[in-house]
Amino acid sequence: MSDELIWRIAGGSGDGIDSTSQNFAKALMRSGLDVFTHRHYPSRIRGGHTYVEIRAADREVQSRGDGYNFLLSLGDSFARNPQEEAYYGNEEIKPLSENLDELREGGIIVYDEGLISEEDVEEVNLHERAEENDWHVFPVDLRGLAKEHGREVMRNTAGVGVTAALLDMDLEHIEDLMSDAMGGDILEANLEILHEAYEMTREEHDFEHDLRAPEGSHETEQALLSGSNAIAYGAIDAGCRFIAGYPMTPWTDVFTILSQNFPDMGGVSEQVEDEIAAAALAVGASHAGVKAMSGSSGGGFALMSEPLGLAEMTETPLVLIEAMRAGPSTGMPTKPEQADLEHVLYTSQGDSQRVVFAPGNIEEAYEQTRLAFEIAWDYQIPAIIIYDQKLSGENTNVDVEFFDRDPQPDLGSTLTEEELREAAHDNSGKFKRFNHEDAENGVAPRSIPGQKGGRYLATGNEHSPVGHISEDPDNRVAQMERRLEKLESIRAELDEERDSTQTYYGPDDADYGIITWGSSQGAVAEAIERLNAQGHSVKGISVSDMMPFAEKEVTEFLESVDEAMVVEMNATAQFRGLIQKELGRFGDKMTSLLKFNGNPFEPAEIVEGYEVNLADEDRQPTAQVRIEPAAGD
Amino acid sequence: MSAFNAIGEEREIDRDEYTPGVEPQPTWCPGCGDFGVLKSLKQALPEAGKTPEEVLTVTGIGCSGKLNSYLDTYGFHTIHGRSLPVARAAKLANPELEVIAAGGDGDGYGIGGNHFIHTARENHDITYIVFNNEIFGLTKGQTSPTSPKGHKSKTQPSGSAKTPLRPLSTSLNAGASYIARTAAVNPNQAKEIIKEAIEHDGFAHVDFLTQCPTWNKDARQYVPYVDVQESDDYDFDVNDRAEAAEMMRETEDVLNEGTVLTGRYYVEDDRPSYSQEKHAVGEMPDQPLAERYFDDDAEWERSYDLLERHT
Repeated sequence: MSDELIWRIAGGSGDGIDSTSQNFAKALMRSGLDVFTHRHYPSRIRGGHTYVEIRAADREVQSRGDGYNFLLSLGDSFARNPQEEAYYGNEEIKPLSENLDELREGGIIVYDEGLISEEDVEEVNLHERAEENDWHVFPVDLRGLAKEHGREVMRNTAGVGVTAALLDMDLEHIEDLMSDAMGGDILEANLEILHEAYEMTREEHDFEHDLRAPEGSHETEQALLSGSNAIAYGAIDAGCRFIAGYPMTPWTDVFTILSQNFPDMGGVSEQVEDEIAAAALAVGASHAGVKAMSGSSGGGFALMSEPLGLAEMTETPLVLIEAMRAGPSTGMPTKPEQADLEHVLYTSQGDSQRVVFAPGNIEEAYEQTRLAFEIAWDYQIPAIIIYDQKLSGENTNVDVEFFDRDPQPDLGSTLTEEELREAAHDNSGKFKRFNHEDAENGVAPRSIPGQKGGRYLATGNEHSPVGHISEDPDNRVAQMERRLEKLESIRAELDEERDSTQTYYGPDDADYGIITWGSSQGAVAEAIERLNAQGHSVKGISVSDMMPFAEKEVTEFLESVDEAMVVEMNATAQFRGLIQKELGRFGDKMTSLLKFNGNPFEPAEIVEGYEVNLADEDRQPTAQVRIEPAAGD
Repeated sequence: MSAFNAIGEEREIDRDEYTPGVEPQPTWCPGCGDFGVLKSLKQALPEAGKTPEEVLTVTGIGCSGKLNSYLDTYGFHTIHGRSLPVARAAKLANPELEVIAAGGDGDGYGIGGNHFIHTARENHDITYIVFNNEIFGLTKGQTSPTSPKGHKSKTQPSGSAKTPLRPLSTSLNAGASYIARTAAVNPNQAKEIIKEAIEHDGFAHVDFLTQCPTWNKDARQYVPYVDVQESDDYDFDVNDRAEAAEMMRETEDVLNEGTVLTGRYYVEDDRPSYSQEKHAVGEMPDQPLAERYFDDDAEWERSYDLLERHT
């Protein structure tokens, strides 16, 4: 009997998969389990195969599992040409047929026989395969049931009722969540459908399967939220009250959350004509004294290159976020990848003078967003949060108390009018905004337009202390060195005064290391746990500080192991390249495990990669995962 | 108490306050029309009662971008074509600031054209001065979006095959609520128009003809000019969109035939500015957002109070 439930609900885009799964995940969380969700969807508004997977167990879950054990297949009610054998084949059955490969032995299948015909089921050899794999198949007329008591769209509720019956779950939490979300006739009809489906399943079917919902309990209240929520909430608590953006998947989530919350918080959200404008607006608002942010995904972020460089040169505090999706170009808009690292580190002309954090989980997303704002305003530098479609959309439970923190709206190294009176000015009364003589840690305090005694010129040209355009070589060197000193100071602060933003796994004395970054963290953590349980000696580090790079911690980690494997979702081993560039060595110690097929790593793929790599076998771990040997191998 | 005491200060303002006491001296060529813009601003700002430190001048790139090097206000010399998004965000962050954006014809009608259209559409309460010399000056004389058809340059050696952009008509169609054209050779009108633009509550667009004596030698110096309000040959209502459209079209047509028409073309006084519209739908705070960061007693909302929806 499995100690975990991995429930997959599959249907067409527009079938309500998201909201149904969100509520079911919450119900599992309320029952005392830890949950983790994974969303798979196409770049279409309606139709097309989509699923959400919920993993639930009475222990911490931080990743997808390997495969899954319960399929609720609604069928695709928005399928194109359902009567014809169109180019795409019969789409109605895809939410059933396309999910079978990953279903574990002994798993459960519930499908809507109101939409998927017996004939179709025969065609995909379901019964034969069920026998081979010991699957338990339950055809239920979810559509009919929903129609009978309410409306056809309520078939999701019927599916949840059947699920609860088969897993022997209490309906209490599901009912509560329904009551929170709806009322009146709609609530009544849904409750009726839920109960009817539940009772009917228990009466009409013999249960031969072992799978039951795990039982658990939480000591403290939990909240279910996504990486996008965490980033947005980190921004709110950092005192950010201005966001400008242009829609693009998957960054739109953060933009939407803040746009919906800001009006009640006295904040301003601007949807503008393009991403150049979006980033330029954030620069303008920050210049005028407001904590501001913008963001996008790869293609939109490319348009932000110039405003980003302007913020670097004018030392305008700014937070940008970059939600990666598979590239190049439009790539695969709804699929995750970690291939924009070099783009984010180096885009825009001139030497990069920015901070880049890559959170690996939901708590880190919150913490590092707050940190990004703090550093950006203390050091007058752009700070970027790089994450991806996976972290953006996955939900997990977090202690509610984790968020019980003081807000931090402080403007950092910004002067008040009183302080400006004491500050250095030139002969004509202009404030020496870019004064390199008294700068501390490279930071020259700033004034805000409208303040008395603070006027200066900000310019993207190289400039003198009061901001006049200057090409004087001595001034150039002094200003460049001052700006770059900020990065060294930030590194020192991160190393000496703050808790590490890197996360470690496994035993300290292990001689094999796995290195990862960003959202691959959860799968790596679980793989390391399994490998150690199997008797291997493996430890891991998940790195967040991309710039200024976590030089000391990564050096210590690599020195402590004989060999290392760098796990990342891209094809050219960008993070391994960054380590080599930053540290100038270890190239012969690091093998890469790469995946770029549009789906995140599963823990088993990392275990397999480790085994193949260790055995020095001349093969690839799976059909779609690649090993890139260490330098010299 | 405000954290920005330069704003709304009531006192005598000397136009010399707008001239930097020491360097830099303007690097514009002798006879350049850009001097005319600088001079008209130095006259108009004190007349409008604005002190240097309550004004933010945001410029793009090009000869025109140097404006705020020589005008002693708060300044932001941004990147090519992007003065408007920076300027309008500064205005949203602190609506009490007097925000003036400026750039050239390549900057505003070419690379920044998208921002121009959208800023006009939204009717942000800022003044936008376009130094229109019908040429790229700082990069040494290439054809610009307003260069006449047939204009020869190093990059269009056989003469431009393109019809020039219509700045006034574009502005009207996009939604600007104050539209005027003036010329550097007409300083009195320029000062008055700039002053009106500053005082207008909404997006005020001034197409400012600035002759380029170095790279556009063949072009006229925009003399003689005609003020459409003062000439008996023209009679139209600046508050009437259709009449304004017709007058603009004629103005744009005759410019390349040698007739320089200037004046106010469209004035819409009762249209709410963008921040007023935004405030009306509940998405703009009552007090300037920038003030809140300096207010020690301000209450800051926390994400902790939003968690109910997630439990």
